[in-house]
Amino acid sequence: MIEIDNLTKTYGAGPQAYQALRGVTATVRANEFFTLLGPSGCGKTTLLRMIAGFETPTSGKLLLDGQDVSASPPYRRPVNTVFQSYALFPHMTCAENIGFGLKMLGKPKAEITRTVGEMLDLVQMTPMANRRPSQLSGGQQQRIALARALAPKPKVLLLDEPLSALDYKLRKDMQIELKRIQKDTGITFVFVTHDQEEALTMSDRIAIMNAGTIRQIGSPRDIYDQPAERFVADFIGETNFLTVGLLGVAGQTARVALPSGRELDLRAPGELPKGPQVTMAIRPEHLELVAADAGQLSGRLSNIVYFGTDTHFHVDLGEGGALVVRSQNKPDQMPRLTAGEAVGISVLPGTGQVLRD
Amino acid sequence: MADRKRFDVRALPGLSFMAGSCFVLLYLPILLVVIYSFNAGNTVSIWEGFSWRWYQAAWNNAAVQEATLRSLMVASIASVLATAAAVLAALATTRSRGFRGRGIVLGLINQPLMVPEIVTAVGLLIVFSMIKVATGYQGIGYVILAHASFCTPFAFMSIRARLQGMDLSLENAGADLYGTPVRIFRHVTLPQLWPGILSGWMLAFVISLDNVVITEFVKSAGQDTLPTYMLGQLRRKITPEINAISTVLLLISIALVITAYLAGRKRA
Repeated sequence: MIEIDNLTKTYGAGPQAYQALRGVTATVRANEFFTLLGPSGCGKTTLLRMIAGFETPTSGKLLLDGQDVSASPPYRRPVNTVFQSYALFPHMTCAENIGFGLKMLGKPKAEITRTVGEMLDLVQMTPMANRRPSQLSGGQQQRIALARALAPKPKVLLLDEPLSALDYKLRKDMQIELKRIQKDTGITFVFVTHDQEEALTMSDRIAIMNAGTIRQIGSPRDIYDQPAERFVADFIGETNFLTVGLLGVAGQTARVALPSGRELDLRAPGELPKGPQVTMAIRPEHLELVAADAGQLSGRLSNIVYFGTDTHFHVDLGEGGALVVRSQNKPDQMPRLTAGEAVGISVLPGTGQVLRD
Repeated sequence: MADRKRFDVRALPGLSFMAGSCFVLLYLPILLVVIYSFNAGNTVSIWEGFSWRWYQAAWNNAAVQEATLRSLMVASIASVLATAAAVLAALATTRSRGFRGRGIVLGLINQPLMVPEIVTAVGLLIVFSMIKVATGYQGIGYVILAHASFCTPFAFMSIRARLQGMDLSLENAGADLYGTPVRIFRHVTLPQLWPGILSGWMLAFVISLDNVVITEFVKSAGQDTLPTYMLGQLRRKITPEINAISTVLLLISIALVITAYLAGRKRA
């Protein structure tokens, strides 16, 4: 559907030049919910604006449905955007806002009226048809912006952090709503966010971006369970990083020596740095507190942080660094632990991996 | 929370007196003009009782009628020309990629605000007389053109301010929704710019309506506008008829300026 071929974008020239995109290549499939996720300044919004046509690439190509649109202005691309600020036309009613794209395309009045009705229905805003945007709440404006972008039935819908201005509850509702609409309409969604939870819950696939490049593309599960590198593991969810000794590699498995001296087999995707020391990444929920001297690692509890659904145990490994162990709170299952106690840590089988930096 | 130790200009001695004097100096002469327009007597300084007679006199004065109509005609055409030029200039300076010398262009558009009016007047007089010789055209067009040129920066200021305050993402949304640049201007930019255009046009109209200096230099014989007619009358005998005309002009100006202000504020 969208082929992004080695796109770069450089602002300015000479020593002040800033490279917003440094060669981005990706393919967005038809009908998928594709998310660009990354910290602010990673280039995700630049890439989105480039797909919309508001930015021209410095080099590289952008293909939409097989056609090179790199040089087409926004109004010639079958792509619509839900803007972060919604950008609803204040001098038009909601119905007129939604019908704007169809009107510009020169569709007959009857068709516009029918589609606007369908769209209002889709976003459950029919009673608001004749209101002005200023008379709506943020969540309602959001729905109108979505309806307006969907009305011309674009091949691709671009969403630029559309939920960031909503409060937590409303955001949750809209996440489900967006996913439903994407399924119902079958339109390809390209969604930009810096909120990893949003990305994980909504996306079919996620592209993790950093410093103008895509670091990894995969399903939410792939990205979370098998981060390709340290940046991805660190950015998505929480991850413990431990320096371990590399004993040997056999295919995709590496044998490592933990700080405690115990040996462990870990998944090792991709090539590893040569050297005696490598980084092991392990999620806090893949660790378990056990009796002192029982697990593969041992240390002392330095802090216990209660989160309602679960508890984070900060464990000081002495020379070997520090770890966080997360365990779900179930009544009467955990022995009452206090800071300062000696504990053992066991690594759940099949978890953890060796990562390139 | 207000900082109580903050400098407050009201603490200065004599401030109220100073401010009061300034307002009196500003508005007392205007007030006197208005009061004496109702004078029953023949002078502008000795009160002889209330009367509408000078308003009637002005109304029935053929020369005043003619000058008034000419003033309104000049102001109407000149302000529309000025507003059209101002809209284009404002778009060029706010809706374009930054170009070299943008600051200079801004300065050039605002030139009439900085160059002494008398200099412009002399300049126009010379240029227009050259054109007159070359073409033989003697009509009111010169006055209209001159007015349009010095009214432009006034319209420009209010239109540009409105354009700068507008959300650029709206025009992006228009382009995203298949609007070509021309249609975006027509359907997105213009409807929102309208209050700015209206207020700019009214300001231009008022400025044109009371111009004396440039008009005096540029006009040919028999092309008096209301202000130049009044100036001409002052050279002879001053009667409260001048006060009456002034009062009407004052009311028109106040009404237009207030409307312009309200229009500019609307949905801004």
